[in-house]
Amino acid sequence: MNMDVPAIELVALTKCFRNAKKPAVDSVNLSVAQGEVLAIVGGSGSGKTTTLKMINRLIEPTSGSVRVMGEDVTNRDPVILRRSIGYAFQGVGLFPHMTVGQNVGVTLRLLSQSGECVSKRVDELLTMVELPADEYRDRLPAELSGGQQQRVGFARALASKPRAILMDEPFGALDPITRDGLQQEFRSLQKKLQLSVVLVTHDMSEAVLLSDRVAVMHEGEVAQVGSPRELLTNPVNDYVAQLIDTPRRHSDFIESLMRMAPGEGTQ
Amino acid sequence: MTPKLQLLFEQLPDLLGGHLTLAVPAIFIGVLISVPLGILCVKSATVRGPVMSLVSLVQTIPSIALLAIMVALLGGTIGYWPAFIALLVYSILPIIRNTIVGLESVDPAMREAAKAVGMRPLQQLLLVELPLALPVILAGIRTATVWVVGIATLSTPVGAPSLGNYIFSGLQLRDWQRVIFGCIATMTLSLVLDQLIAVIEKSIQSRRRVSLVLATCALASLVGIGLAPGLVTPDSAGFANLLGQREGAEEANDLVESTMTLDGQVIRIGAKGFTEQFILAEVLRERIRKVGGTPEVLTNMGSTIVFDALAKNTIDIYIDYTGTLWSTVLKELDPINRISMRAVVAGRLFDEFGIVVVGSLGFENTYALVTKRETVARYGLSQIGDITPAARDLRIGGDPEFFGRPEWQRVRQLYSLGDITEVGMDSTFMYQAVADGQVDVAAGFSTDGRIDAFDLAVLKDPKQAFPPYDAVILLSPEASKNKNLVHAIEPLVNRISVTAMRTANRLVDEGGETPKEAAGQLLPD
Repeated sequence: MNMDVPAIELVALTKCFRNAKKPAVDSVNLSVAQGEVLAIVGGSGSGKTTTLKMINRLIEPTSGSVRVMGEDVTNRDPVILRRSIGYAFQGVGLFPHMTVGQNVGVTLRLLSQSGECVSKRVDELLTMVELPADEYRDRLPAELSGGQQQRVGFARALASKPRAILMDEPFGALDPITRDGLQQEFRSLQKKLQLSVVLVTHDMSEAVLLSDRVAVMHEGEVAQVGSPRELLTNPVNDYVAQLIDTPRRHSDFIESLMRMAPGEGTQ
Repeated sequence: MTPKLQLLFEQLPDLLGGHLTLAVPAIFIGVLISVPLGILCVKSATVRGPVMSLVSLVQTIPSIALLAIMVALLGGTIGYWPAFIALLVYSILPIIRNTIVGLESVDPAMREAAKAVGMRPLQQLLLVELPLALPVILAGIRTATVWVVGIATLSTPVGAPSLGNYIFSGLQLRDWQRVIFGCIATMTLSLVLDQLIAVIEKSIQSRRRVSLVLATCALASLVGIGLAPGLVTPDSAGFANLLGQREGAEEANDLVESTMTLDGQVIRIGAKGFTEQFILAEVLRERIRKVGGTPEVLTNMGSTIVFDALAKNTIDIYIDYTGTLWSTVLKELDPINRISMRAVVAGRLFDEFGIVVVGSLGFENTYALVTKRETVARYGLSQIGDITPAARDLRIGGDPEFFGRPEWQRVRQLYSLGDITEVGMDSTFMYQAVADGQVDVAAGFSTDGRIDAFDLAVLKDPKQAFPPYDAVILLSPEASKNKNLVHAIEPLVNRISVTAMRTANRLVDEGGETPKEAAGQLLPD
């Protein structure tokens, strides 16, 4: 495979919703190299989720194009396209009437793999996300904790061995400790499998910790793209500066707390 | 167990079978129609508008009227099909509505998730949307089941046997045990079906395959019983045929004078829904059995329904009254005398419908305004015209059919009774009501045994406002070609006097005897 071809490439991608005054996504150009994690960061209404959903054609663009591994997605059957790209949802999105095993294997069954093949792969995936298959395979999602559900969500996204994964606020609903653990595991899994990932988040700290590059979106446009370091050292405008400054302010504040004498911080 | 209760239980297999045959396939096919239609409504707004308005509109038609309309729409066909179609129509609304609500209450995020993992639209529907909507859809099916099983009791008047036979005949015979028996049987059936579906629902949710399979099997076997009426009606087809032939053969040996026999032919006897008709149906049944036929009796049929059924050859024979035929079938307004009416009715029924009037039974069952002796004394009543001055203060009880009939319009006009208050009630209650003084006058029937039983006075009708109501035997166009049947029936002509009929009616209404027993005493040969 040609490693020079970007895994995902967005060219002048635009989406105007009906009855909207301005485009939700306005000529966005972005590319994700193979094995790279790109975070899209922005506030609500910045167009980041719309951009993500246009990649696997959950939303059809008004103009511009999306290329996955060099091929324009408009030439592909959207259903086949979606089966080849992993998707991890905001709020997990597991099917409540299916067992953990059925949820993980759903895409594989849609690809009409044999039952034996599917159950072998499901066990493999559950082991990979550290849920012992024998214990969890036949449970219903409602019987799992939030963190466990998110692991099942990852396993499902990885089921068809996709080269690219789309993630929409995947850690949003988790408590901080669970989130931290899962984020670490995600990063190591991503490195191991050389996954190309687009991660949508509103949390700049998460973007800085998990991604190779960050794209900041504001009012439908990409304000700046670069490594976290580039954004920190050279923000193009006040909005980017303010956004990228938040993790640093947090860490500075925590550091100052650590330096204080006991009792001082409570005043 | 009392003999009476035993009799009720003996009828249960037939009537329960009839009820299941109607209700279960109606619900089953209702599901097959409504769920896809509901899905279509969710997917397309252009389908949804018209479908939902039509279905909701149909639902507002009173069920008994819908059944009657079905008979008319099917060109006068009575029996299974009009009842089945009406029940089917009734099952649709709750299922379709719940299918729509169930599908629309599926979390949009689930729909998007289904799309994102690579499902095609049909897969989204089958693998995600329908399973998630299932509890709501099943609740709709349960509602439909309870409705349909209840409404199926109303198929009795259109000639489809059901557990309603207990209720309708019980009301007419004033046999409360029978009515309650019918109600309990219907309720039990409702509950059993409802619970079976509930078990299916629970086992789907808790993923218990065994109970799912068991409940589905139980339901399927009920559907099977419903679809194979031969299994539960031993009275039909071969078995009864055999019996009929054997009895017929014995009869041929006994009665040397008569060589004709019906050879086990099925003769369908119709009857309207009151005591006298039940007794006369038994008289006909006995007569036909005596000559080797296989009688089948359909009771509790509506007045016009039974006539239409005869004209269509759906039934072979029933007893009607000349005055009724005169006004409701021939649409004549002014009555003529008894003999002429009989001749004109016979001629015109044959010319216009091919129906043959075999002859009169020998008695008249006319409308009679009755009142209690105290009222007679207080207002000095002897004939209908004496009511006129006090009409404003008086109430007249009668069945709702009576107040809609041209005869009543005529009586009201001829005797100037425009001010009297009409109180509609089932004819079962009206004699009691007049005896208790709840109404002052009742529109009774001259052969009704309860006139004597409650010691009521019959008001004279000097202006002959009520037409004559000779009881006549009618044969369908097809049946009238059956010479043996005509010969078998002829001996009944002029055999029953008005006092004999009144006595027989009283035996049933007050004496607690069955119509069959009363029929035996009416014609003891």
